[in-house]
Parts: sequence; structure tokens; C-alpha cells
Amino acid sequence: MAIDFELNGKAVSLDADPAMPLLWAIRDLAGLTGTKYGCGKALCGACTVHINGQPMRSCSVPVSAAADGKVTTIEGLSENGDHPVQVAWRELNVAQCGYCQSGQIMSAVALLERTPKPTDADIDSAMSGNICRCGTYTRIRKAIHRVAEDQS
Amino acid sequence: MSSVKKISRREFMKRTGQAGGGLVFALTFASACQPDEQAIGPAKKAAASVAPNVYVNIRNDGIVEIYCHRSEMGQGIRTSLPQVIADELEADWDKVEVIQAIGHEKYGDQNTDGSTSIRQHFDLLRNAGATARDMMIAAAASLWGVPASECSAREHAVHHAASGKSAGYGELVDTAKDMPQPETAAFKAREDYRYIGKPMDTIDGMAFTTGGGMYGIDTVLPDMLYASIERCPAFGGTVKAYDEAAARAVAGVINVLRMPEPTSPAFFNIQGGVAVLATNTWSAAEGRKALAVEWDRGANGAYDSESYKKKLVDSASAPGTTLLNRGDADIAAAKTHEAIYYAPHLSQAPMEPPAATARVNADGSCEVWACTQDPQTARDTVAATLGIDKEQVTINVTLLGGGFGRKSKPDFIAEAAWLARESGKPVKVTWSREDDIRHGYLHAVSAQYFRAGLDADGNTQTWLHRTCYPTIFSTFSNDAKQATGFELTLGLVDNPWNVPNMRVETCEAEAHVRIGWLRSVCNVFHAFGNCGFVDELAHVKGEDPKDHLLKMIGPARKIDPAADGAEYPNYGQDLAQHPVDTGRLADVAEKVAAMAGWGRDLPKGRGLGIAVHRSFLSYVGVVAEVSVNDNGKLVVHEVWTCIDAGTVVNPDRVHAQMEGATIFGMSLTLHGEITAKDGGIVQGNFDTYPMVRINEAPTAIHSHIMESDAPPGGVGEPGVPPVAPAIVNAYFAATGKRVRELPLRKAGLA
Ligand code: FES
Ligand code: FES
Repeated sequence: MAIDFELNGKAVSLDADPAMPLLWAIRDLAGLTGTKYGCGKALCGACTVHINGQPMRSCSVPVSAAADGKVTTIEGLSENGDHPVQVAWRELNVAQCGYCQSGQIMSAVALLERTPKPTDADIDSAMSGNICRCGTYTRIRKAIHRVAEDQS
Repeated sequence: MSSVKKISRREFMKRTGQAGGGLVFALTFASACQPDEQAIGPAKKAAASVAPNVYVNIRNDGIVEIYCHRSEMGQGIRTSLPQVIADELEADWDKVEVIQAIGHEKYGDQNTDGSTSIRQHFDLLRNAGATARDMMIAAAASLWGVPASECSAREHAVHHAASGKSAGYGELVDTAKDMPQPETAAFKAREDYRYIGKPMDTIDGMAFTTGGGMYGIDTVLPDMLYASIERCPAFGGTVKAYDEAAARAVAGVINVLRMPEPTSPAFFNIQGGVAVLATNTWSAAEGRKALAVEWDRGANGAYDSESYKKKLVDSASAPGTTLLNRGDADIAAAKTHEAIYYAPHLSQAPMEPPAATARVNADGSCEVWACTQDPQTARDTVAATLGIDKEQVTINVTLLGGGFGRKSKPDFIAEAAWLARESGKPVKVTWSREDDIRHGYLHAVSAQYFRAGLDADGNTQTWLHRTCYPTIFSTFSNDAKQATGFELTLGLVDNPWNVPNMRVETCEAEAHVRIGWLRSVCNVFHAFGNCGFVDELAHVKGEDPKDHLLKMIGPARKIDPAADGAEYPNYGQDLAQHPVDTGRLADVAEKVAAMAGWGRDLPKGRGLGIAVHRSFLSYVGVVAEVSVNDNGKLVVHEVWTCIDAGTVVNPDRVHAQMEGATIFGMSLTLHGEITAKDGGIVQGNFDTYPMVRINEAPTAIHSHIMESDAPPGGVGEPGVPPVAPAIVNAYFAATGKRVRELPLRKAGLA
């Protein structure tokens, strides 16, 4: 069944079982692999994308929920990787293996849109759904604060 | 066991690292040849280039290609390895392109574990850069008709001071092609380092922040099928029946294949099960659900962690095989203190689960893309699985979304290769998180017995340490019932305590799952016990834990476990060059204590704990500050770490490893526990096998790197072992309660 939505600003029509998790529709059908699989159960945040501006765990949302909506993945966050969050992430060399970082960045962007000057507590509550097995948390906090400072 | 064989982890891998048990030959850096044309990477080859050795290819457009033969799994090796080569080569960093090497013996050892990439390859990499540099100098000298001794290389060019001539590396390619390829060259002086020792930005930063990094799970080939494999809950069990028709009825399912039976011992072989192949990952998983496999759980079907724990503790409580003996650890003492430390199985749980893609061509050759820590063992394993020559196997190494030892084991790659051949299509195998946690190679469960005898003045006169855990060797030999070889050298017989009478023993333990290695391996539980028990002694004696720790370390000296009858291969490196130096151990203890303000007044209910440990040739001290919150949960407020890793290539990545090791150590201290029931693993995902999340992370992790010009030690692993004892000791300082079992979740603290 064709499911139509906007993916990173472009109209797509995916021939998918409506129950297929959005994650696999994005990765296997639309061919965008920046969004990662980590748990499949909304436990790790590696698959975080924005659906109509809201951060969602794409592994646990059926593709049908995106129908006629707007989905943004890490690839669609900026043209040249220059979203302030991406820049701060690079300046502080946040990533270790990098695998969780698409999800971390998508969660951080949503947080900063909602709360431009987050406290550590705001960060901890907004980002606690995103696991980083490499343990980059203290740099993630710093990078989010840096974006907030640079933008004020 | 009468003779404890001295086998290092890598030696061991060479002997047993493939299904047939054949040898993996590691060539030393000697022969110069063209880099492999099939190596993956961003570089476009220019018309002409010259390769002074397998790690360097200089193109006539001036770009220097550096082949990274080690796997990137978050440690930053794709940045630090080129830093070393580019420095000696006097290459301009902006004109360096890094190409990930395929798995091939011409690169020498590629097994990215044991924190070896820098400590065992530093000179090899410097030589690769320096010989390439000398080749450029020789080319310029011959072009200009001047002696090479009058020329020097600087900033991507060769200069002749007398004539004022200069030529860029790219311009010299044509001439250099006819020059002999030097095998050795003088290294730069330390003060001339341009990149070594500098905090260079990660070269993959853009890929990591834009979703552009290609991991094992990201490979897509034309016409590819996606596979999901249902495996027996108990390792070694076999399929009795399954509903193939039901699986095939699921939309998108193309094929159902019964995997080859598991072998005993396991090696890196396929572990049986039933595979569902589909047009996408989700259909494969849905089809798999419909299989309803019935299992014969086999010989390990009764494995039960609760009853096993009792056996392990009993075994550790009785005399075992002596590994190290100094004086007489049984002499009468004025006071005796004893304890048992216990830690469960763990799963490496890299953020990216195991994933591999394989294609078998019409001529029978096989090409693989995989997140492997050990591409040469992967190559041997695929060749053995398919019954083909390894020359017919190409292993392309992707980025690894974490490794932690799991991705050293290429069983998942063998699965992809076998399925590709059987199905006649390219196949990507993706393990689910549940597959990863339930069917991996687990870190050993362990029990350790400690006994110390104190004299009338409170000095520790005797020390007895018995360690007991199922051995990694059981994965490769059915006879292995006792820890052996390199496992005994990981924070065990290299005991640093200054105690006149000491005995270290190992005891029997059966394995009922595939035992593997996890970041820091046995150092994790050995440091937990050793540093926890030393802290106990401080309190028995009524001494400050830090002062007591320094007293236990004793005067600066170099320890040779062989002097007390123990074999000690020293992580595969020369003990004279990399001694077990108690002076350096004491220094990191002093430093980290000073960083944390040891001895300062703390708010009520807060405590500081300290631990130190040498592993992989590096010394790490950790102090943790903790308290218990109103909900009765342990809070780790702040952590201080100090590492002496000798010469350091990229201090920023070393800091990152220490930060990461702190979190990794906290996860296993607070939450990590894998248990078995009826042979199957009880946990399955991050709900039942939780990780530390950002809300549990300390407000700050301070890390300090000791200035040192000693040869490099390891970095990826040494930060982990002291974390658990530092936290447990801090908990005691805060509450007066001693915990001797991990994780703290068991005590309701997390
Ligand atoms: S993969 Fe979606 S939250 Fe983990
Ligand atoms: S950077 Fe590796 S999991 Fe986060």
C-alpha cells in the first residue's frame, strides 16, 4: 500500500505495509541509513526522527502514522551539516563511535527548539531516552549548552 | 592443572581463530607493495601514485592516502593512526585522505582488541611515515642531482636549502616511482612532532553528525535480501521443528533456510537456528516470529545462574591451582580478614548490534562488508564456512557502532556468507538487540575469594586471592575447565601489593554459554575484588583508604611475577620496556586523589572512593564521589580519572576514552547483569539490561593524562577496571555498607 509523506522536504510514496515501523521504511525502502536501529522498542533513541516537528522513536511508530505528515531525519537537518547542533557536536568532538549520534542530535535539536536555554536538568530529562554505549554524555551536555550560549 | 601455558589473547586468536583451527599468519612490516585496489574509501585514485609501503599511497595530485588497517569503533583510530604516519611523513593534514583497509595479512596484525593499535604499532606506523618521507627526499635529490643528505622534508614538500629548490610531494611521484622503497628510516625527534600528541579533531566528525557514516548495518547491495535468524535459547541446542509455511506466508518473505548446526566447541562458527530472508528487515523479523521453532535445548539446557552461583562460590572457597607463590601465605596472623566478591555475566551490547552483508559471486568468491574488529579472522572464518580459499574472500571493514570485544567474533559474518551462498542472493544479516544480548559471547561470571592476614601492628603480612570463572578457552576447547593463559595475567598475577607472603590461585568452573571477551576482560572483576578488598583492609585497620592504598602499593619498584613463579607475558610486550612499575601506579593514585580534593570535608551522606589498576600497560586511578538519594538510589556525583599511558598520540581521544570508560564502568557497576534460566538468557533489551543514561551520568568526569615519554600503553580498556571498585568504596565511605556483588541494582541501589 502506498504511503505518502514528506521526507526531508521531498514528497515520497512508499509501498509499505502500514504496520511497518517508520524506521525500516526510512532505512530499507527510502534508503536513508542515517537513522539507526538500537533496540526496536523505544528504549534507546538511536532511531529518533522528527515527525511534524516532534521527536519520535521511529522504531516504534508505524509508517502509517507519518502519512501526509512531515518527517525529518538527520540527513534532512541541514544542507551541509551546518545546523548549530551539528557544528557544536563537531567542535567538541562529542562522537566516539558515532552510532547513537543521529538520534542524540535529533533529540537535542528538538530540545533546543522547545527550550532555547536548557538547564542540566532539562537536558537530562529530554535526552535520557537516548543511550550512548560509548558514554559521551558529559560532552553532549556541554555541546547543548554551547549551542544555547552561541544563540543567545 | 600442572602447567599453565603462556598464551596471549592474540597468540590464542592466531591458533584458534577460525573454524578449522588453522593459523592466521601475521606478516611483520617489511614488504612494500601497492595498496589493495579494492580497499574502500572516499579517495578517487589519480592517474599516478606511488606507494612506499602498504599504509601510504602518494598521488600526483598531492593527496596522501593513508590506509587505516585497524577498525574504528569509537576509539578514534582513524584519526590517531594517520596522525602518526602523517607526522613522520611531514604530510599536510589537509591533504591526507584516510582509506579503510580491507582484511589482509599484508597489513600485519589487524585484530583491533587488547588496546593494541597504538601500543603495538606506534613504531610500525612511524616507520611507514618515515620511509615514505625518505623516499620523497631521495626522489627530489635524484631529480635535482644533489645528495639526499642536503635535502629535507617539511610541510608536504622536499626542500634543498643550498639551491632554494622545493618540490611538493605530488610533483615527486613520477620520479619516486623508480626509487627503491626504503625499509627503515630515522624517526623524528619528539620535539619536532607536528601531530603526535596534539588533540586533532576526529576525521569522521562530519560523517558522525550528518548520518553519513557507513556502519555494518548500513550496507545495501542490489537485489539484497535481509535476514533475521531465530537461534536456540540455550547455546548448542538444535531445531526440532518449525513452521516454514507460516513464515513464507508473511508478506515480503522470500526464503526460509535452516542454518548449519552449532559445533562443539563453538569457535566463531554459525550457531544453528532458522533464517528468514525477506525484502526488508521488518518482513524478515515478522516472518521469523511466525516460525514457532521447537528446540532441543541440548547440553546447556539446564544452565541456571542461581544454582551456578553457589557452585562458583564453593569452588572459589576451596584451594585451587597455584599460579603465584611468594613466601608463605598460610602463616598465622594476629588478625585475619576474608571476603568473597562476585560479578555476573555481561554482554558487550555495542550500540550497533552485529550486522554483516555478503555476496557470493558466480566464481564462488565471496565479498563481505562488516563491522568487524578482526577482519583477518573474519576472512579465515568465511573461507572455512564456505570451504573456499581465503584468497577468494574479501572483507571490507565498515565503521563499527561500538565493539567492546563483541565484534572480534565473526560468527555473524559467517552467517551472512553462508546465507548468501545458499540463497544465491546478497544477504544482510542484522542481529536484533535481543539476539545480541541472548546469543553473544558473554563476559565471564566470576567469584573471587580474598584472605589477608595482619600482624599485631596492622601490617598486611599475607594475601591469598583465588579467582574462579568460566574460561574464554572453553569457547575453543571442550576440555577447558579452568581459567588459563592470558586470562591469568589480567590484573591477577601482576598483583602490585607490597605484601611479603602472597599466593594467587585459580579454580575450576564449567562454561554453559559461549564465553568471550568484553572491554578490559578479566581486569574488570579482578580490579573490583582487589581494590574493593584493599579498601576493606583500610577500614579494618582504621586507616585512610588513600594512605592505605599507597602503603599497599609500597615503594617504587618493578614487579616481575616470574620471580614468584608466575608466567607473565605482559600483554605481549617486553617487560623491560613496559615494566609493572609500582611508582607509576602510586603516582596516578596521588594525582587523582589530589584532583578530587581527597580529605576535604564532604556533606553528610557523601563519600569518596579510590581505586587504581594497571592494565594493557597503562596505569589508571579513579576517584568517585557518591551519595544515596531519597529514593535509596546511588548517585555518582563526580568522577576523577588519571591515566599514565606513556606517550599519547591524541590527548582528546584519550580523554574521550576515559570519559567513556567511566560510563561503561558505571553501567556494569550499577546495572549490568546477564543471567540464564533453563539454558536461555533471561535479559533481552535495554529494559532488562539497562545502561547508564545521561540522567545518571556524573555532572563532570575530570580526566588527567600524565606527561610521559615512556613508550605508549593501551588506552581503550585501562579506564574501565578501577571504576567499579572506586564506586563501591565510595558507597562504603558514604554509608558504612560494603557491597561485594555487582551490579548494585541487586542491592536496590540502582
Ligand atoms: S531503535 Fe528506536 S528507540 Fe531504540
Ligand atoms: S558514540 Fe558510540 S554509542 Fe554513542
